[in-house]
Amino acid sequence: MSRKTSIHRMLTGVVGAATVLGLVAACGGNTAPGTPGGDDGKPSAGGEVTLEFMQWWEPELPAGSFRALMDEFEEKNPGIKVELLSGPWSATKEQLVAGAVAGTMPDVVGLDGSWLYDLVQQGSIASLTDLMTEFDYDASNLAKEVQLDGTTYMIPVVNFVYPMFVNNELLEEAGVAAPPENRTEFLDAAKKISALGDNTSGWALPLSLETGNGVQNDVMPWVWAGGGSMLDDAGKPDVENADMVSGAEFVKELWDSGTVTPGAFTMKEPDKVEEFVAGRVGMMISSLAHVNMIRKENPDLDFTVTAVPAPDNFTGKRGINDNSWGVGVSESSDQKEAAFKLVEFLMSEEVNSELSTIANGFPGNVNSVPDFSQSDPLFEEAFKIYQAGYPANQFVGLPVAEELMRIYATELQRALDGQASIADALAATQEQWTAEFK
Amino acid sequence: MSTHVSTQIHNSANGSIPPTVKPTVKRFRRNKKQLAALGFLSPLLILMMVLMATPILMVIGYSIYNNVITNPNPEVVGLANYGEILGNPKFWNAGKNTLFFTLTSVVVHMILGLTFAMLLNTEIISTKVRAVFRMILILPWLFTVAIVAILWRLMLNPNGVINYILETMGLISGQVEWLGNPAYALFALTFINIWAGYPFFMISLLAGLQGIPADLYEAAKVDGANPVQRFIHVTIPQLKPLIISLCLLDFIWTTQQFALIWMTTGGGPIDTTEVLSTFTYKLAFSRYEFSLASTSAVLILIASMIVAIFYARSQKSRD
Repeated sequence: MSRKTSIHRMLTGVVGAATVLGLVAACGGNTAPGTPGGDDGKPSAGGEVTLEFMQWWEPELPAGSFRALMDEFEEKNPGIKVELLSGPWSATKEQLVAGAVAGTMPDVVGLDGSWLYDLVQQGSIASLTDLMTEFDYDASNLAKEVQLDGTTYMIPVVNFVYPMFVNNELLEEAGVAAPPENRTEFLDAAKKISALGDNTSGWALPLSLETGNGVQNDVMPWVWAGGGSMLDDAGKPDVENADMVSGAEFVKELWDSGTVTPGAFTMKEPDKVEEFVAGRVGMMISSLAHVNMIRKENPDLDFTVTAVPAPDNFTGKRGINDNSWGVGVSESSDQKEAAFKLVEFLMSEEVNSELSTIANGFPGNVNSVPDFSQSDPLFEEAFKIYQAGYPANQFVGLPVAEELMRIYATELQRALDGQASIADALAATQEQWTAEFK
Repeated sequence: MSTHVSTQIHNSANGSIPPTVKPTVKRFRRNKKQLAALGFLSPLLILMMVLMATPILMVIGYSIYNNVITNPNPEVVGLANYGEILGNPKFWNAGKNTLFFTLTSVVVHMILGLTFAMLLNTEIISTKVRAVFRMILILPWLFTVAIVAILWRLMLNPNGVINYILETMGLISGQVEWLGNPAYALFALTFINIWAGYPFFMISLLAGLQGIPADLYEAAKVDGANPVQRFIHVTIPQLKPLIISLCLLDFIWTTQQFALIWMTTGGGPIDTTEVLSTFTYKLAFSRYEFSLASTSAVLILIASMIVAIFYARSQKSRD
């Protein structure tokens, strides 16, 4: 073997190490595919404007339906064209981060509340407060505006709530008359379902550290359902308050009673839904968007949705976790007026009703009403739960939201595994969260 | 070489090139040859500069700033990031897990690979049976990491087939959480990596075994060596350079294993399967600490380079 070959072989070995480096470096130099790097985003000679709209919504909607809405927008706004840049949720996030770095973000962007803070910190998202003032927009119809330091950067277009899913058959078999409404009833029902044997469990808790979103979707709802908060009045971490301790201790009680599905520490959200579909778990907190999927996967499953049980003597309004399809405008867009027209269009009463109907979500316009006539009856049921409470996802707009969830999940795992007390786990979480809120 | 010299003498005798010009001509021809070689190599060199050297240099540069990418005005902080990373107990925990995961994987890959290679090389079993074994044993290598991760997540699920088989055999009672229990997770993950990676050793060593001259075994037999002695004194010495190369390469690759760990455990439960690659990824894409992530990546590069140097030296000694 020649000397050159050996050098090549050595270099081949080094390529692996360089890949790790390249992964990081790529973030600094990549331009998001499809972002306006050339003439795309400029008005053409004929005065026509092409807006680029990056989101993950189109692939999740019935084929062609979102494009049809954009065609409607183009008809109503002659001279403005919309180019949809669609991809999966995680790819959209990565491309937005890359586009933010390069200053080449698309004009209009679909946003998840957990990304917002970091994108705003980079100066990538335009102030919608300023745009609303500039274009004289009446925001009173908006169900919610996501603000940072008093400035709106994101408007939730469609909201997806996370109620409690209950397997009626298992509940009946276990001798539980009705879905639980408070924590004591929930614990009792969970124990009875677990006692049925045949690998059934009362509750599914996905605590995988891959994303840590089990904290947002499955743990914190216990706190929010009782009107509790993980933040203080100044919006800083307040993880050790009485409501938070009570919520975490309840989860620990469920864990110690053996009612939680095995494998929770590596379980992801799809695994949780799979367990429910298979009829092995009695109750789970999950996105309403899963209703259709459950019906499709197991048409015989008899289940319903209900509000997340509150602490025993709680009588106030219950907070309910919701995740949104948010919309924002890129700071680097040189056609903000046209971009804001698209935001207005999406938030208009009629369009927002239509979009929330086809997305099986709840509208971001308070006057919009989704059409449940063709939908599963559970959507109407969930809408009542949603209207009786208030949206309470506190991770929206927080710095490094995903990392906050992962930190909490890690410490909770430590407590559930018996390596720390709940008090110690929450104290450790508080310390780490505080460090992230610089 | 001799032809070359004689031509020069001939030229000199004709008086076409004066003797004093000889070294210049030599140098010119040598340079011309080197330039031609460089010309042929240039596409590869340019590609390597763009795809390898540039990212490496960029990341090394990033590692000395307070933060980059998310910070529009980064400031140079020298080696402070290195101090922070090296002072972080989570980095050392990830390093310890990486070392266990890597060393165990490499050693067992080698043992399994050699065992199966010898099985496939033996003449005790028929060619047809060997062909069937060859197909079965190479299967893990045909799956992508994503498939391996999903497959084993399903099989090791508390309600999965592994628990069912073990319970049916009376080896366990109840649902063992192979990936979800902090006591077992790293072992389970290492087991999956071993399963996915041994065919590389098996195929390479099989090729090595088939290259050993039969004369050596016959000579050993004549000298009265039994099968174990033939294995120790003929097979192992003949395969030694290959084994060293394979182990070093596998060490580098396994150190950088990311997808399998991320897709099965995400570095959990708690931090029992956190390795250097997942630690670095979280710094970059979850905390947006790109400078610290770059620092961690540079430290991994340094460790990999040390092993790569050993690999290069082993290759050189083979040449």
